[in-house]
Amino acid sequence: MSTLWTRNETLVALVIVAFCGLAALSDPGFLSVATLTDLLRGGIVLGIFAVGALIVLISGGIDVSFTAIAAFTMYVTAMLLNAAMPWIPWWAALLTGMGIGACLGAINGVLIAVMGLPTLIVTLGTLSVFRGFMLTFIGQKQITTLPPGMREFGRMMIVRGENADGSFYSLHAAFLVTAGAIGLTWFILHRTMLGRQVFAIGGSVESARRIGIDVRGVQFFVYVYVGALAGLAGIIHSSMARVANPFDLVGLELSVIAAVVLGGARLAGGHGTLTGTVLGVALIVLVRNSLIVLGIPATWQSVAIGVLILIGTGLPAWQAKRAAAQAA
Amino acid sequence: MKLLHSTEGRLAVIAAVVFLAMSALAPDRFLSVQNMTSMAFQFPEFAILALAMTVTMLTGGIDLSVVGIANLSAIIAATILTQVTGGGAGTVLIAFAAATGVGVAAGLMNGVLVASLGLPPILATLGSGLIFTGIAIALTGGSAVMGFPDATAWIGNSTVLGIPTPLILFGLLALAISLLLTRTGFGVKLRMYGANPLAARFAAINIDAMLIRVYVLSGALAAIAGMVVMSRANSAKADYGSSYLLLAVLIAVLGGVNPYGGYGKVIGVVLAVLTMQFLSSGLNMVGVSNFARELIWGSLLILVMIVNTWRATGRRT
Repeated sequence: MSTLWTRNETLVALVIVAFCGLAALSDPGFLSVATLTDLLRGGIVLGIFAVGALIVLISGGIDVSFTAIAAFTMYVTAMLLNAAMPWIPWWAALLTGMGIGACLGAINGVLIAVMGLPTLIVTLGTLSVFRGFMLTFIGQKQITTLPPGMREFGRMMIVRGENADGSFYSLHAAFLVTAGAIGLTWFILHRTMLGRQVFAIGGSVESARRIGIDVRGVQFFVYVYVGALAGLAGIIHSSMARVANPFDLVGLELSVIAAVVLGGARLAGGHGTLTGTVLGVALIVLVRNSLIVLGIPATWQSVAIGVLILIGTGLPAWQAKRAAAQAA
Repeated sequence: MKLLHSTEGRLAVIAAVVFLAMSALAPDRFLSVQNMTSMAFQFPEFAILALAMTVTMLTGGIDLSVVGIANLSAIIAATILTQVTGGGAGTVLIAFAAATGVGVAAGLMNGVLVASLGLPPILATLGSGLIFTGIAIALTGGSAVMGFPDATAWIGNSTVLGIPTPLILFGLLALAISLLLTRTGFGVKLRMYGANPLAARFAAINIDAMLIRVYVLSGALAAIAGMVVMSRANSAKADYGSSYLLLAVLIAVLGGVNPYGGYGKVIGVVLAVLTMQFLSSGLNMVGVSNFARELIWGSLLILVMIVNTWRATGRRT
């Protein structure tokens, strides 16, 4: 039981419960289907990003370029499909996005895995390279007419309904894609050798190398996988927004990493769970959407997220430091 | 070819090449006195942020909150300047002191988080940066603070003996940091910790106190950069200079500072700043958009990392 109480997942879950409890006290209308679907909707794109960020953190790296990959992918895919293949169905549009994202991720992969450059610096660099390339050579104007496949996907809902007060709620089908991405990542991390190797590299690169793990190959896979997920998230974002705006998404990367770190993933690598990540995303979405319900003005939003990051990472770091001091 | 064997030597060559290339591309405009003056006014603000980044990187850390600190200090100073009547040099001095105080306090918070609580510097400064920016937004509601007494313009927009004041300020700060890093025990300890934290601990260095001082120094430098930005823009706003964070990291790395800690020279950072400014102004004159500049900065950052890593591994084998 003692481990359960010191885990980040428990802490985050408690904060979420407390948040919802307080919100329900100050506004009884908070606990409604509409709030839940809003929350789930807000978590769709953030969730896919977070799963990607989690696997990079577990492998001991950090990636801040995924939002630029997503923006690049959604813009180029929308343009490409409009110009060349408007007939392709929605699932092929998603696959195209994953393909383009994977190619951009491979650039990160080459720089990090093959050349051995520091991950933060590389991805800070590729963030501005991808964004700069798109805005300079491809375009700066919004694409308001999406290809038919993406438009069709944008209209797909799982649940649709009307509240007692006459307002509508709905849950987008893309939620299932996010659930699928989480499921696939769970399978890779916990049911394949590749997943064990990602954890092993995050724990100690040198030990992983000595037991014969192809460190470069695994790192390369991680960045390609994250690229593919980011591409997927980009297509979903523009399908749901019904517009491909090249200025969207970039700037979100630190919130996503914050969500994953809140969920207990460690920057040093080797640690992190999908449960924690999902809870972290839920908390960030709650703060972004519903801080106002607690009577805290929306202008304090980033202070709240900053405080959460410091507490969420500070407690375990402080406990570890105290434990190390006692052991010494 | 001995010049090419050190990072700083290669950088000096790069800076010269970029200068010559830009002069060749737009000879009458790039080499004009007007352009030189305008460049000298432009770069000190992000160059000072790069100095802040450099001192934290030398310890193997990073300070992602510098832009947040700069804006928060500027807003505090701006509020004092607009609220306290009487104007004149006295108010300006009080405002600057308050801003530096905010920078020191913010740096102290980062230092305590990193040193005493043991947070990874990336996360500590990411979180605190959000808090500083958030407070700045909450204080102003997101709008700009304007309407300062005339004396405020002195720090950003005037010249002393024909030399722009911000340039003099940057020169003095760079010299001071350089002396601090090379001529004092603090500087030696700092680089020693960056090179090998365990060895530094066994050498009985008070690591916590040293790290706290590093982040306080970084915070104070960020606050000074914030003053320069405020004075030049004649206003303060929570989202000024958001692109400066990447730029500051880029300049430090381009200047040969090892992001894992232990190695870095102020002269390298100065050369990197000059290179970036030549590139930026030159490309602007040739008519290249801001987005292309972002592309070129990013490519340059990666290219420099490749060359530096390749040289480092080449030396070892």
